[in-house]
Amino acid sequence: MHWRMKAVERVSVTINGAEYSHEVEPRTLLVNYIREQAGLTGTNIGCDTSSCGACTVHLNGESVKSCTLLAVQADGEDILTIEGLADGERLHPMQESFRECHALQCGYCTPGMVMAAVSLLKENPSPSEREVRLGLEGNLCRCTGYHNIVKAVLHCAAGASATNGGAQ
Amino acid sequence: MIPAAFDYIRATSADEAIAALAEHGDDAKLLAGGHSLLPLMRFRLARPAVVVDIGRLNDLKYIRDEGDHVAIGALTRHRDVETSEVVAAKVGLLGEVTSHVGDPQVRHRGTIGGAVAHGDPASDIPSALIALGAVLVAAGPSGSREISVDDFFAGFLETALSPEEVLTEVRIPATDGAWGFEKFNRRAQDWAIVGCSAAVRADAGVGVALVNMHPTPIRAGATEAALAGGAGAAQAAEVAAEGCDPTEDLNASVEYRQHLARVLTRRALEAAGL
Ligand SMILES: Cc1cc2nc3c(=O)[nH]c(=O)nc-3n(C[C@H](O)[C@H](O)[C@H](O)COP(=O)(O)OP(=O)(O)OC[C@H]3O[C@@H](n4cnc5c(N)ncnc54)[C@H](O)[C@@H]3O)c2cc1C
Ligand code: FES
Ligand code: FES
Repeated sequence: MHWRMKAVERVSVTINGAEYSHEVEPRTLLVNYIREQAGLTGTNIGCDTSSCGACTVHLNGESVKSCTLLAVQADGEDILTIEGLADGERLHPMQESFRECHALQCGYCTPGMVMAAVSLLKENPSPSEREVRLGLEGNLCRCTGYHNIVKAVLHCAAGASATNGGAQ
Repeated sequence: MIPAAFDYIRATSADEAIAALAEHGDDAKLLAGGHSLLPLMRFRLARPAVVVDIGRLNDLKYIRDEGDHVAIGALTRHRDVETSEVVAAKVGLLGEVTSHVGDPQVRHRGTIGGAVAHGDPASDIPSALIALGAVLVAAGPSGSREISVDDFFAGFLETALSPEEVLTEVRIPATDGAWGFEKFNRRAQDWAIVGCSAAVRADAGVGVALVNMHPTPIRAGATEAALAGGAGAAQAAEVAAEGCDPTEDLNASVEYRQHLARVLTRRALEAAGL
């Protein structure tokens, strides 16, 4: 028998380039693992229904809702969270675009929104406005009315932020 | 919320998953993408004692052009179906329908096998498979069998799969016929209040199926019969809700669902050039 069965499972993941390894209960959600075991609290939890996207991280380069994955499902995989996006003090172009376009108010949705937007542009580097709106449909924002978020994503796609080619 | 405690088994082959299911019976649940099962477990609407993770069965992740049909491994993610050129060329309706499932994050995780095996009448994907006349392949302790999509959906969240079977493949007859898909919802990302898939099949027959109009995904048999008898789109769509037993919920009354079924079926048929 190759498979294992026990009360705790070892999970080893790479998060933002660093190795993490912990024993967890199988029912541990990836978002709770990231926040509580790895201590990276930039990733938020906004709902119980897999709807809000505040918990969005990248799993092997693609956006996922980390509240709807078990930590054990991510064992051995590569995770990127909002903390891993900037290059030292230099903001990622999407973060910079959010700043320049005032794409946040309270900021609660922002980590998930930025991670979803970065994944979107990887799959579709020059989206139309409609494609941006559809591409972010898994992320809710209670403050901005989305308008400036969409603007920021288009701004970033156009290479117009201070960190991806635009005027300093 | 966090699911109730369970024991976790990571299967490394379909046979291992089948063996685990055979051992633990009704206490066990397969976990594919987890995007139907984990939400249920978080609300404790499902509390399996054992979770058998089949998410790493990479040999069940494929899309193959088999000439007269397209074969899709059960663990293939929605994202891979949505972006597949083979799917677009030979079973275009399925690609379009899949692109309307949830949101990008959901499509990065959810699988075609999970969407079918869950047996959810509100799921979009079964409607495409019914319209296109798919065949489902299941593997169990005594080997493999094929199940017509028409015999697969047995009741609300119930399918023809036995507790120790794993769905391994979805086979969809190829067609270059036109198709249409209509999904009515109120907000982005929402499930369909009602939806309709229509496809002109290779034998020139027309397949039509409805989302969220019955305790199971359902074929719009009266509409198909009307079309076969020479009716046009508008006339055939009038009987779309016949034989359906939709529920009433916060979004829609029974009458409103029946109305939507007629309107969406007409639009889907018109989009399919009928
Ligand atoms: C926020 C959100 C929005 C969504 N919106 C939509 C939508 O608009 N339209 C839509 O159609 N769907 C929607 N879904 C559902 C999504 O498509 C799911 O991914 C899909 O229904 C289930 O696939 P899964 O791989 O995640 O299955 P899982 O959740 O892993 O499994 C679902 C069920 O199927 C069983 N199962 C899974 N794989 C197999 C197999 N190979 N053999 C036998 N049994 C198996 C499991 O045991 C379980 O009972 C949404 C989901 C979420 C979280
Ligand atoms: S916390 Fe994950 S979708 Fe809301
Ligand atoms: S900025 Fe407040 S929720 Fe989006």
